[in-house]
Amino acid sequence: MTDLIVDAPTKNADDLGTPGIAALRRVPPPTPPGPLSNALVFGWRAILKFRHVPEQLFDLVMTPIMFTLLFTFVFGGALAGSTGDYLQFFLPGILVQTVVFNSVYSGMGLSTDFQKGLFDRFRTLPIWSLAPFAGLMVGDLLRHLIAGGIILGIGLTLGYRPEAGLIGTLAAFAMLLTIGFGMGWVFIVLGLLVRTPMTVMTLGFTILFPVTFASNIMVDPATMPGWLRSFVEVNPVSLMTTALRGLMSGTASLSQIGLALIAPVVLTVTLAPVVLWLYRRR
Amino acid sequence: MDTENPDLAIHARGLVRRYGDLTAVGGIDLEVPRGMIFAVLGPNGAGKTTLLRILATLTPADAGSASVMGHDIATAPDKVRFCIAMTGQFASLDEDLTGRENLVMLARLWGFRSGLARGRADELLDAFELSAAARKQVKDYSGGMRRRLDIAASLIVTPGVLFLDEPTTGLDPSARQGVWRLIRQLAASGVTILLTTQYLEEADQLADRIAVIDHGRKIAEGTSRELKAATGSGVLHVSLADHGQIEAAADLLSAHLESVVQRSPEGAELSVLAGDAAVANAAVAALISEGIALADFRMGTPSLDEVFFALTGKPDASAPERPKAQP
Repeated sequence: MTDLIVDAPTKNADDLGTPGIAALRRVPPPTPPGPLSNALVFGWRAILKFRHVPEQLFDLVMTPIMFTLLFTFVFGGALAGSTGDYLQFFLPGILVQTVVFNSVYSGMGLSTDFQKGLFDRFRTLPIWSLAPFAGLMVGDLLRHLIAGGIILGIGLTLGYRPEAGLIGTLAAFAMLLTIGFGMGWVFIVLGLLVRTPMTVMTLGFTILFPVTFASNIMVDPATMPGWLRSFVEVNPVSLMTTALRGLMSGTASLSQIGLALIAPVVLTVTLAPVVLWLYRRR
Repeated sequence: MDTENPDLAIHARGLVRRYGDLTAVGGIDLEVPRGMIFAVLGPNGAGKTTLLRILATLTPADAGSASVMGHDIATAPDKVRFCIAMTGQFASLDEDLTGRENLVMLARLWGFRSGLARGRADELLDAFELSAAARKQVKDYSGGMRRRLDIAASLIVTPGVLFLDEPTTGLDPSARQGVWRLIRQLAASGVTILLTTQYLEEADQLADRIAVIDHGRKIAEGTSRELKAATGSGVLHVSLADHGQIEAAADLLSAHLESVVQRSPEGAELSVLAGDAAVANAAVAALISEGIALADFRMGTPSLDEVFFALTGKPDASAPERPKAQP
């Protein structure tokens, strides 16, 4: 057979200068790492992405910052009597909106990874098959924390004061992460189903805009027509916003918290198996 | 799999994969001995990638069975994943990260502690001549650099079997030579390599054995020499000085070489499979002695189309116009 290889490549100078892969050590697989270790590596990847693509942070916080400024200063006075009062009402809601909108980006990231074939590489590794998703979640939670922190910082600068203090704010952020975790599944499913990241984004915002606007984030639904109000009152986004306001002002009841957690829990329980099934099917 | 032949790196029997009405892989048997470079040759859509994905545990087979390095792909996919690596058709890398970070990430996913992971990444970058670009984002890499990094990413743990899906598609000739050299060196170090290609030349240059597949079926298998015996050693291309003599020339060539003459789209060139140079020479002599003026003639390696033509007796209708390269 070897006689048929007509022109074995001629050795050039840089071939002789480098050891090349002939000198490469043979390396056997190390002890397989646990699922947690795998998930943390994916989380590390998310942090690296922040470092290399800092623009993505801009995408994450630009919309909520604009919303905060526009609503507070343009509509705030008219809606709540003074901009300060409106900010006090609006800020917990915009935190919910930020987290809900941000979950779209994880779906886009997933869709991109699939398009690039990166998931194929992960799937041929002997790792826990859900580790890439767990890693995605780790990255998402980081994103939520960073974006939420920035919005809260801006709110504090503009004069927002959480009555419940540090403890209430920490509890509110724990709630935000739970919401983000639950909403994340919706867009992971979309990311698995839809081939292009742009479509994931368009679909995502088509769903999310009505759901966040027809809620109590921006205004008290008391003046809305009856049919809309009955939707707004059961809209999970409203329930989440009510609980978050309660947590940050120190007035949250257990039932408010319970109602806010329904959607994240239901989404996780129903969609996690769907994600697993879609992933294995691909 | 104690009944397995231990000398085989890959042993597939009757693999089938359907997508709706389309049978991508329609019952393929494959036996690849350890340490061999084995090429799966076929046009776009022949089922090459699907076959590779089945063997790499990415796509389940609808029927049939296969083992890789002695482990069954259906019942022990995790054991298979410990001894394989796959480099897909499109570089499977994170474009936002640097080359080094990509390798460190994969090494850590394998379970190397961060110090060892960084060491292995640097070692690979060195060996693949990527050290200078180690801290650049992959999106700034050239096609050849990406492909090298992609192959390096498959060698973090030395695989028993390396799957390469069209490793040189879209590369310029010098990058292609570089990848070929890498593949030969890897095989020399004991890694079994299963690669797919649409280029007969690539299979001929690299592979110890070639399976030709079309429409999900294996239509031929053998060494390059054996396949050439079936297809003839080459193709005779003849350019006519006088366009008007084309019918006479085609008839003459067809009679001499007992093969169907193909015409170039412009109509001034004829191509025909020739058994060997002596036969081709006689045919050219016959043309000249009949007074047919030639502008040019040459012998070439048969194209994939011509191999298909020789093996199946019909032109490959599935891909009438095959692109030379893909993005």
